Amino acid sequence: MNKKDLEQYDNFKFSQENNILIESILKKYPSNQSASAVMPLLDLAMRQCNGWIPESAMKEVGKIIDVPYIKVYEVATFYSMFNLKPIGKYFIQFCTTTPCWLKGSDNLLEYCKKYLNIDINETTKDGNFTLKEVECLGACVNAPMVQINDDYYEDLNKESLIKLLENLKSGNKVKIGPQLKERKGSESVKLIGKNKNAK
Amino acid sequence: MIKVKVNNKTVEVPEGATVMQACEVAGEEIPRFCYHEKLSIAGNCRMCLVDIEKSPKPVASCAMPVANEMVIKTNTEKVEKARKGVMEFLLINHPLDCPICDQGGECDLQDQSLYFGKSTSRYEDTKRAVDEKNFGPLIKTVMTRCIHCTRCVRFMDEIAGTHELGAINRGEGMEITSAIEGGITSELSGNIIDLCPVGALTSKPYAFTARSWELNHIDSIDVSDAVGSNVRIDEFNGEIKRILPRENEEINQEWLSDKGRFFYDGLKNQRIDKPFVKNKNKLSSSDWKSALEIIIKKIKDTNPSEIAAISGSLTDTETMYTAKEFFKGINVKNIDCRFNLSQVPYCNSKDWLFNSSIEKIDVIDKLLIIGCDPKREAAVLNSRIRQRWLTGNLDILTISTPDDLTYKCNSLGNDISLLSDENIQKKIKLFFKKANFPMVILGDSILSTKQGEKIHKLVKILSQQSNLIRENWNGFNVLNKYASRVGGLTVGFVPYNNGLSSLEIKKALKKNKIKVLFLIEADDFLVEDEELENAFIIYIGHNGDKFAGNSDVVLPTSAYTEKKALYLNLEGRPQFTKIVTSKPGLAVDSWKVFKALDQKLSAVIKYNTYDELLEEMYNDFPQLRNEKQSQKSKWAIEKNINIKLFPEINNFLVKNFYQTCCISRSSENMANCVREILKIKKVNNGNY
Repeated sequence: MNKKDLEQYDNFKFSQENNILIESILKKYPSNQSASAVMPLLDLAMRQCNGWIPESAMKEVGKIIDVPYIKVYEVATFYSMFNLKPIGKYFIQFCTTTPCWLKGSDNLLEYCKKYLNIDINETTKDGNFTLKEVECLGACVNAPMVQINDDYYEDLNKESLIKLLENLKSGNKVKIGPQLKERKGSESVKLIGKNKNAK
Repeated sequence: MIKVKVNNKTVEVPEGATVMQACEVAGEEIPRFCYHEKLSIAGNCRMCLVDIEKSPKPVASCAMPVANEMVIKTNTEKVEKARKGVMEFLLINHPLDCPICDQGGECDLQDQSLYFGKSTSRYEDTKRAVDEKNFGPLIKTVMTRCIHCTRCVRFMDEIAGTHELGAINRGEGMEITSAIEGGITSELSGNIIDLCPVGALTSKPYAFTARSWELNHIDSIDVSDAVGSNVRIDEFNGEIKRILPRENEEINQEWLSDKGRFFYDGLKNQRIDKPFVKNKNKLSSSDWKSALEIIIKKIKDTNPSEIAAISGSLTDTETMYTAKEFFKGINVKNIDCRFNLSQVPYCNSKDWLFNSSIEKIDVIDKLLIIGCDPKREAAVLNSRIRQRWLTGNLDILTISTPDDLTYKCNSLGNDISLLSDENIQKKIKLFFKKANFPMVILGDSILSTKQGEKIHKLVKILSQQSNLIRENWNGFNVLNKYASRVGGLTVGFVPYNNGLSSLEIKKALKKNKIKVLFLIEADDFLVEDEELENAFIIYIGHNGDKFAGNSDVVLPTSAYTEKKALYLNLEGRPQFTKIVTSKPGLAVDSWKVFKALDQKLSAVIKYNTYDELLEEMYNDFPQLRNEKQSQKSKWAIEKNINIKLFPEINNFLVKNFYQTCCISRSSENMANCVREILKIKKVNNGNY
């Protein structure tokens, strides 16, 4: 992102819809403990800013819940899920923890890097993709998998990954969840095969 | 009370005490890094592990409350092993640079690794390195040395109240950082240097100038404000290397303002080391004899009513006492210590003292602050108000104060005339109605305005009507800003027999009615240069500041670190400074100037030595002997009269905290602060 694009984030204010959401979020906490709302508010701010939290947003969150800026900043840096730098349109979180790794996530990641022509923690020149390596996302049964923005894409192999990225790039509809045709959820693939044979 | 056993010794501790406190009662010292008496408990260094019976694992004693019949062991093998393990982990990332570390010799980590550390390291990977942070011109950071005790973070949150530091990231990536790049804006920031148990935060001006074991420690007091913080001055090779706070629970707890801590380098710069006399519009060096002769001749040639004397913010009590005797001897009545044109009355000590005492801030439940900036005029006192406010049940009202006092206050507005508004008066009376320990803090700043005298009367009447003055409680407090003020008022360096006050002297100067003006270390006398043009100025002081260059005779004196001198803090507590370094050149203690002048003129001063002077002064003012007596004077009841104030809007914000006296204006450290810190915009407005 260039300087001019960044300037629009200098004076962050929550949108009207988000202000309504904030009201309902704050109601969940006792009025003298509104500091507890720091995480949902940071999440809202991140969504409004296309996936990252600018400094001015952290200050704004601090003002709303009456917490010093540095305390909001502490929380935002503690959790790796909060991005403090601009990211691409599609934020790819690549799981490389043991089960995914056993199913070949390392190779897949290398391939993905080559395909996008970027390294981990980098954004493609067209601003479409940002790649990040993360720890277990809890979908081991469908390993290997990635999270792109809010959705999981599972049971990946080279072909389905590239197809997925290409479809995303060109704005086509993509299938969320397992990329294997036979699978709907996390049921055993072998079982699906047996059932077919039984027919 | 709860009974616990520590190493087979039974001790009794109050309910809610921690295991560490119980161990301390039993005389067992527990090693610690993160725990600090004045700060909240963090429990993150794990150094204070002890063994508690029935507990499978060692327990962090700082965060564990005691239970009845608890059996605590601090000297078992298990405890020692646990502490050794913790120490080994702490040392994994700590650099082995003690020889080039300023903390070396007074480092908690160094000391404790002597007892709990291994002689060799088992760690073979690369150590962690952390970027240096810019904490401003006073604090040097070597962040790789940080062991994440978070004492500095907690200090900024709890005592200083500015929330400027935080621990960002996590795990191995954790770093202490400031909210804004460029420095810490708090007036108490220097204290985190003392709090840091390792060499991560050290003093920038002191860096690499001495080793801690070479220093001579001299106990003294701080004169940068009127709080009278107790300090320890460290000297090496005839130079002051640093100033540290000394613990005094009744005054400064264990904190010190940045000005009092770092302005010492002003004592080396711009010093006047010999007498100067003006010759053809140019000051040229002279000697004591001829300089005094010129003054004596001038005094003899001038009508006493055309002579005036003003004393300054650093003038010690003895000097003002001797000067008063001298000026009485030559029949000069125009003397005043209120160089800032304050109109505080000078007849009864209750009118100018901080009557409730600083310590009693800990118990107040209603507070009204009028016309001052405690955050910058008395930083340590302000943090005490904050500490009281944090414990809850304290309501604070303000009139004409800045809005960033680090505690939540209900501001009535910045218009002085609000005080005479009937509705506001009713509101104040209602505010104090059910208070057990009500307190009013009236600023010397607001008393220095045109309506100062009226305001003082009005607040006194208001205090009487709001039941602030009781048999065992006096809630009327004046917040003085200058170390010399209470002393000067106490020994009566004020106009007498219809003499002119500082305000009148200023007017008389304008009308050319004052021919000779003595400025006794009075660099802050609020006059314009042109008003002084026609008078013969005799400047007696130690730093070549505002007036020295315009004077006709300049006499050199010693500064507060070069003499034993008595200062009264804002509560009227007499305390002595001590001799740390020698006087430069021909400088003398300032009271001797008046003794010498007196000998040649009226010869009313009989004492010759400092001890005789003290004896004489004590005879005249027995309250100077000890602090309790100074508070004993009776309250002078103010008659209820209607006072109307005219509107004047002012919040009395001190724009430059760092330069308020001739020493701080000569100080490079303070100049750096002005250049770098004052320009920083605050980020935490409104969050306390």
